[in-house]
This record gives sequence, C-alpha cells and structure tokens, in this order.
Amino acid sequence: MKLVVFLKQVPAVTEIPWDPASGRLRREKAPGMMNPACRHALEAALILKEQHGGELTAISMGPPAAEEILREALALGADRAVLLSDARLAGADTPATSYTLSLAVRAVCPDCDLLLLGNQTSDSETGQVGPHLAEELDLPSAINVEELKLEGGVLRVKRLCDNFLETLEMDLPALVTINTQGHPPRQVPLGGVEDAFSRGEFLVLDAEDLKADLARVGMAGSAGRIVKVYPAGGERRGELIKGAPKRCVLELLERHGDRLGGYLRKDLGGER
Amino acid sequence: MSRRQREDGAVWVFGDYRNYFQNRVTLQLLARARELAARLDTKVAVVVMGYRVGRWVREYVAHGADVVYVVDHPSLKYYLVQTYTRLMERLAGEHQPRIILVGATGFGKELAARLASRLGTGLTADCVDLTIDEKGRFIQTAPSFGGNLLAQIMIPTARPQMATVRPGTFQELPHDDSRRGEVIKLPLPGDLPPEKARLIHSRRVKPRRRKLEKARVVICGGRGMGSKKKFKNLYELARLMGAQVGATRPVVYQGWAPEEALVGQAGRDIHPEVLFSFGISGAIQHTAGIHDAQFIVAVNKNPAAQMMKMADVAIAADANQVCLALIRELKARLEKKK
Repeated sequence: MKLVVFLKQVPAVTEIPWDPASGRLRREKAPGMMNPACRHALEAALILKEQHGGELTAISMGPPAAEEILREALALGADRAVLLSDARLAGADTPATSYTLSLAVRAVCPDCDLLLLGNQTSDSETGQVGPHLAEELDLPSAINVEELKLEGGVLRVKRLCDNFLETLEMDLPALVTINTQGHPPRQVPLGGVEDAFSRGEFLVLDAEDLKADLARVGMAGSAGRIVKVYPAGGERRGELIKGAPKRCVLELLERHGDRLGGYLRKDLGGER
Repeated sequence: MSRRQREDGAVWVFGDYRNYFQNRVTLQLLARARELAARLDTKVAVVVMGYRVGRWVREYVAHGADVVYVVDHPSLKYYLVQTYTRLMERLAGEHQPRIILVGATGFGKELAARLASRLGTGLTADCVDLTIDEKGRFIQTAPSFGGNLLAQIMIPTARPQMATVRPGTFQELPHDDSRRGEVIKLPLPGDLPPEKARLIHSRRVKPRRRKLEKARVVICGGRGMGSKKKFKNLYELARLMGAQVGATRPVVYQGWAPEEALVGQAGRDIHPEVLFSFGISGAIQHTAGIHDAQFIVAVNKNPAAQMMKMADVAIAADANQVCLALIRELKARLEKKK
C-alpha cells in the first residue's frame, strides 16, 4: 500500500523572538524539532507499513532547515522524503497550506491509499490542515484518531469526539489525523540520521514543480490580514522576587505567608 | 452575484446541540452573533441539522436566532461530517451569509475546516474575541504564533468570513421564551454524495473527572521544570499543600504529565483560589485556562516571561530549585506544628 505522512518542523522552544513591526515570528532564530503529533502519525504509518508492506512517503512544507525532520523520517523507515520549499509558499494560512499539500500528493503520490497527519501542531494548534486537505482531495477523514486497523482494504479507526467514543470505517483512499494518546513514537536508531543522508530518496519541490496557482499559496493565498499583534493579555504585574531559591521561598512566605496559609488552610507561620 | 448582495448577508451560527448540557457553545455564539448583527444591521441565523431537532430550534430562537434553517431527517440522526459539510455549503451558497461561526468542539472543528475549503474561504481557529470595527470590518482576535501573542485579523475579500470559538469564550444571553424567529424547514436533498466514513459504533463516555477544575489550590508545571524526574517534585509539593497538579501542552507531549492534567484551551479551565505556576512561559493556549485564578505565584528563570507578568508574585529563579526549597520549608513549618 502507498502511505503518505505529513510532517511539520516546529520551534523546540515555547518563546520565539518576533518582529514587532510585522508581527511575524523569527522562526530562523529558534531551534526546530518534529511536531510531537507528527511523530505519532509517522509511527502509525511505520506500523502500517510493517504490517502491510508498501511504500511510505514523508512530505513537509517549510524552510530548507526542515530537511532535518525529513531525514529523521528516512532514518526511521520512510522510503522517500519530499520537501516543499519556496519563499512563495511561506506565510500560508491553513487553507493555503492544505492546497499546497494537495498539489504535492498529486505530484508525487497521486495513487496513495492513506494520508496521515498529526492532529495539531504545537506552534499553532488549529487542527485544521487535516480536514481541509481531506476536502481538497475529496477523501473521507477522521480526526483525532487514537487507534487504527486496516483489514481487507477497509480502515477502521477509533477516536474520542466530544464525549463519544466512535468507531468509524472508511474505504481507501482516506485521511486520518493522529493524536498523541496512541502510537508511542520509536527512537531514531544510533547513527540513524547520519545514515539517512545516504538512505532513501530526497526531493525538493518548488511552486513551479507543484504547478501551483500562485494566488492560492503562501501569504498571497491566505484570506486574512493581520491588523495588529500584541502580547497575550491578563497582566497583573505584581511584585518580583529574585535571588537564591531558598531566599526567594523565605521572602514569599514572609510577605504572603498568612495569605497563602489561608488558601491552604494551614498555618505557615514558621518560627516567630 | 454582486458584491453588494454578498455584503448584505446574515451572521450564521452552526447549531451544535450534541453534549448540550456540558457544552453551551452554540448559545454563547448566538449571544456574540447578536452583537455583530446589530452593528452590521443584519440578522442572526442558525443552521440545525439532525433528527427530531425541534427542541433545539425553539431553544436557539429563545437565545437570539432570528432565522433557523432546519434539515430534519432520520438519516441525520448521527453527526456526519461530509453530509453536514455539503448541506451547509448548499445553504451558504443560496443565502450568502457574511459570517459563519462554529463552536470549536471536536466535530465543529472538522466541519468548519471542511466547509471553509468547500467555500474557498479562510478560517480563523479558536478566536478569543470577535468584533466589528469603526469601519464595519469584522475583526477576529486569535492566538497567534505559538500562543504568546494575540493577533487581530481582518478578511479583506474572502466571504463568508469563518471562525471557530472555544466553549466558554462568550457569555450566553438569558433564555427568552417571548422571542420569535422565522423557522425555515428544508428537505434533505436527494443528490448528496454518500458519507464515505461510516459510523459503526458510538458510545457516550463519562465526562472526565473534574478534580482539577474544582480544586482550590492548583500547581501547574511547564517545560521549565527541566525533566520528567524533576516534574515529579511538583506532586510532592502538591501532597504537602493539598493541591492538584496541572500541566502545559509541551509537558503533556513529553509524557511528564498525563493528558488529564492539561490546563488551557485544549484542556481544563481552572478556578483556584491560589495558583502556583512553575516553569511556564505563559502561552495563551495555557493562560486561557487560568484567568479565574484569584492569586497567582509564578516561578520562572525569565522575569520577562508572559506568565510572570500575569502573576501577583513573580519569583525569578529556577523552577525546580524553588519547588525543592518550598517543599523543605513547608515540611519544616508543618512538622513543627504537630
């Protein structure tokens, strides 16, 4: 069977420098990693490949540095990696991203049986790319899948959706997004990523290779325009305590011991 | 169709009635839709699809809908995403709403994304505010770029303008039985493509435990705790304090804490009297769940972290070290009292 897994490189830190003028993140300033849910999707794909044979293609859209996570996928057992990298693809919203990914499927794996994605990314958490992509390619889909099984060409999935534990069946081709509850990801074998530089096929495609309608990709293809960006609010700006940890704790209890003791229903008086 | 016609469209809400008693997101969206519609001088419409949905039709009118489009048919007894998408697409094609709001439930998120693709429009996820500005533009405020920032977004040309909103973001209006609405019953079209994902089994599971939501004292930990082993120290502190432990998304991803401990947009909303926050930067995905905390003590090496700005007391030091020092100090003081 032909499997496609979509991977995204996300910042490995929670705070990323940003440009106040444009409101854009300066992603190049932050170290990257494979999005956690994508790891689980990759694991699900690798298990299916082991069980049913076939070919696994990993696709990522991102800057050239995203090659790293694709090499990791090759090291773990993907047969082929495709990086969609072109400045014109940057700044895409979720529909523009999904359109671009759909072109990649048509270009490199038009007859694939199953598409797998992470259920959301740690840097934007919209969870929208999977269902958009299913609609672009007119495929049945299930999001937030925890378990999946393939038997006789029928995919059976289990997922929790709004307090309902659902079992769905889909004929192939189909699309699923995988949550982080099942499919604990395997580790990269020792020397794996280095080996992967000689293993598997690695393709880089740009907007021309994809035959993309430039009005539908990147920032140009995105519906929204940012009016204003500001730090997430709710600021109380209370008092600051700094110094050695023990000193900080004593100061906290000295200033607020009575109040905290009240909340905890305990006497935190200490030696007085 | 002319641009003018399109701009006359109503504000639509998807009628998501499943889990009604736990989740009143549709009523909350109707309340905000009323404000938007008043500013735009248009109507609020809600779309209800399902089987025997009369009670929801009445409920939505009482909570602010001027128009209800109803498709009531036995084959719609269960939520089916492809069928619902096609129905909404056709209705939107006929009536040209200018705005469509969808509750960010599991089903709503999938439906909204599919519908936006079919309508060739954008979709802003998890909006925390929706307003009409002085120029009459629809402004969506949503977490952006990892959640440390909020972005105000406008949609210059794509219509309808679509947004999802998490349950609990807006306040519902009081139930008003005297409100009257126009109910438009529509037949199920015979030419809808068959649903390709077949629902084999669906079982309601018990809503998750609410220990964390109800706790008076909560300790939340983030990646700044340093490791899974160090994160365990928070549990010891929690035992001493009689507190519950919550966690951020990165911590849950790394397996330092279980999914049930997740606090924030995708997890629990907490309402403690006191919140201790250890090693948390303060991304909105997390802080959206802690606004009701009365008193916040935050510990983070970085005094400029958003979480520190949100705190009543901000301790600029290593989170794990402070946790250990606090454990020692509390032990000493509480032992002495015995």
